[in-house]
Amino acid sequence: MKFAHWLTGTVFGASMLLAGAPAHAVTIGFSQVGDEGDWRPAFSKDMQDEAKKEGIDLKFADAQGKEEEQLKAVRAFIAQKVDAIIIAPVVVTGWEQVLREAKRAGIPVFLADRDVDVTDKSLTVTRISADFNLEGRLAGAWLAQASKGQCNVVELQGTVGAAPAIERKKGFEAITSQFPEIKIVKSQSGDFTTEGGKKVMEAFIKSTDNLKGICGVFAHNDNMQLGAIQAMKEAGLNPGKDFLLVSVDYVPAMKDELAKGEASASVELRSAIGKYIYPVVLNYLKDKKELPRWIKIPSDLHHAAAPND
Amino acid sequence: MSTPTPGTPASPKPAAEQAQPSALKALLRHRLVWPILALVLVLIVDAIISPGFFQIRIVQGRLFGNLIDILYRGMPPAMIALGMAVVISTKGIDLSVGSIIAVTGAVMAWRIHEGDSHYVILLTALCVGLACGLWNGFLVSVLEIQPIIATLILMVSGRGIGLMINLLYGGTNPSFTSPLLQGLSTGNLGLVPTRLVVGAVMIVLVWLLVRRTAFGLFLESVGGNAKSAWLSGVSSRLILLSAYLISGLMTAVAAIILTADTHTSDPVTSGLYSELDAILAVVIGGGSLAGGRIYLDGTIIGVLVIQALTTSILTSGLPPEYNLVVKAVVVLIVLLLQSANTRAAVVSLLARRKG
Repeated sequence: MKFAHWLTGTVFGASMLLAGAPAHAVTIGFSQVGDEGDWRPAFSKDMQDEAKKEGIDLKFADAQGKEEEQLKAVRAFIAQKVDAIIIAPVVVTGWEQVLREAKRAGIPVFLADRDVDVTDKSLTVTRISADFNLEGRLAGAWLAQASKGQCNVVELQGTVGAAPAIERKKGFEAITSQFPEIKIVKSQSGDFTTEGGKKVMEAFIKSTDNLKGICGVFAHNDNMQLGAIQAMKEAGLNPGKDFLLVSVDYVPAMKDELAKGEASASVELRSAIGKYIYPVVLNYLKDKKELPRWIKIPSDLHHAAAPND
Repeated sequence: MSTPTPGTPASPKPAAEQAQPSALKALLRHRLVWPILALVLVLIVDAIISPGFFQIRIVQGRLFGNLIDILYRGMPPAMIALGMAVVISTKGIDLSVGSIIAVTGAVMAWRIHEGDSHYVILLTALCVGLACGLWNGFLVSVLEIQPIIATLILMVSGRGIGLMINLLYGGTNPSFTSPLLQGLSTGNLGLVPTRLVVGAVMIVLVWLLVRRTAFGLFLESVGGNAKSAWLSGVSSRLILLSAYLISGLMTAVAAIILTADTHTSDPVTSGLYSELDAILAVVIGGGSLAGGRIYLDGTIIGVLVIQALTTSILTSGLPPEYNLVVKAVVVLIVLLLQSANTRAAVVSLLARRKG
C-alpha cells in the first residue's frame, strides 16, 4: 500500500516534470494574530484574496490572540513543509525556539505587522510593515502645509507606552519641530478610544477657553478624533472648518467625516498590503537575495475635498 | 492598598484629640467628613493650577464648565458604583460590570441596525443588564460560587460575546444614530444635561429601595452574617440574587448612556476598568469589602472624588505618563486619611513632638 502510494507519487511527479509544467504552486503558511478590530479582519481577507490572485496556496491560521495557538500553527506549517511562513506575531518575545526549528527545516520566515525580539537576526528574512513614525511625519507635514507653518496644536495621544503612540508622536514632532510657529500646546492620552478622545477634548475645550488660539488637532488614531469631533460639536465649535483635524487609520467612519468636511485629513493604515508582502516573499524564494531588515509599506493620506475653506 | 476603616472608629482617643471641642470632634467622627474633605482638597488644587476651573457658562443652551463635566462624566460611574455598593454590602463583588457595558452596548448597536423601535431597544438594553445580573446572581446564590470567581467568568467572556454580537450584522462600523438614546445621553432638559436628570432619578429609586424598605436591612444582614440572617428568616439566596440583578440593571443604565454618548459599540474598550473605579468609589465612601454596610451618599461622593481627580488631571496639562501615578497617590492619601489607625498614629506622633 505504502509502496503503491510512493509509486503513484513518483509517477505523478515525473509526469509533471516531463510535461514541463511551471514550478509547483508556492505554499505559504500565514499565522495571523486574530480578528480584533476592523483593520485585522480586512488584512486577513486581503492576504487570502491576493494569494488567490498570485496563485499561491495559502494556509491561513488564526491564533485568536493567543501565543500558544500561534506557535502551534507555525509548527504545523513546518511539519507540512510549506515553502515560506509569514507571521503577524501576537507577542514580541518567545520566538527563538520555533524560529530555529523553521530554519533547520530550511523554511524562510517573514514578519508582517509587528516585530519579534530575537538575538539571532538571521532567523527571519525581513519584516514587511507600515511605519508608525512615517504616519506621524505624514500627518505633521500635512498640518504644516495646511496651516502654512503657523499652528497651535492639541494632541490626543494613544495609550501611554504603546508603540504606535510613541512613534506617531515622534514622527509628528520630527516634522513640526522644523516650524518655529507650530507648537503642541496640550497633549493627553485618549487611550485610542472614541470615549477617551471625547473626554480629553471636553477637558481641552474647558482649559483653553473654547479652544481659543488653537488651530489644529492631531489624534494618534481616528477613533479618538471621532470622539473629539463629537465633543467640539457639542460645545458649538466647527471642526474641519475652524480647526484642522488630522489623524491616523482612515476607518470607514472617518471617511464619512472627511466627506462631510468635519475632519480634515487622515493617514491610511492600509489593510490591503498583500500586494506588498507576496512579491517580496516570492522573489526571495526565487533568488534568495538578502533583504533589508525592514521593508516599509508606504503610507497614504486622504483629506477632505476642500480643506479649511 | 490599605484596608479602609469606617469613618466612625471606636479606637482609643489620644490626648490631643480629646482636648478638641466636642462639636468639632463629633463632626470629625462623621463618616462622610473624610470623603468630602478629599473632594474639597482636589477642587482646591484645581482652583490653584487652572484659573477659571469653577467657571460655569451657558454654551449651546446648556450649562458648560469643569464642574458640570465632573457631574456629567461622573454619572455613568455613579450608576455602576451604586450597583456595586449594593453587591459589596452583601460581602460580594461584581467584576463583570465593564463586560456588561460591552455586551449591552453591542446589543444596542445590533438592534438599532436591525431597525427595532428605539423605545424597545431601551427596554432590551435594561433586560440585557438584568440577564447578566441574573447569571452572576445564579452563580453566587444558587451554585454558591465565590463572587469574585463567579463574576470573573462574565468579566472574561463578556467582551468576546460583544464582538460576536457585532459580527451578527458585519459590525465593521458599528456606529448608529438614535435621537432618543443620544438625547438621553448628550441632550439637555432646559439648561441641565439629560443624563444628570436620569442619574438623579436612578439615585432616588435606589435610595427608596435601600433606605425606605426593609431591603437595605436585609442586604446588610446577609453581608454581616449570612447564617444568622437566614436563621432570623431572611432568604439570603433571594437577597443575594437581587443584589446582582440591581448591579446588572444599574450597569445597563450606565451602558446606555456611555454607548449613546459616542454612538458606537466598541466591545473591546468600552467601560474598561470601570469595575475598579466602582469598587474604589464604594471604599472611599466608607463601604467595607467585608460587607454588612451600605452607604449610598458616601459612594456618590467617592465617585465625585475620582471623577474630579480625572477631570483635573486632564485639564492640568500634566504629561499623560503621570496620570495613573497621580491618581494612585491621591487615592492612597484619601484612604490613609480615612483610616482611624493612621490618624491616631499621626496625632500621637504630633503630641509626642509637642510634649
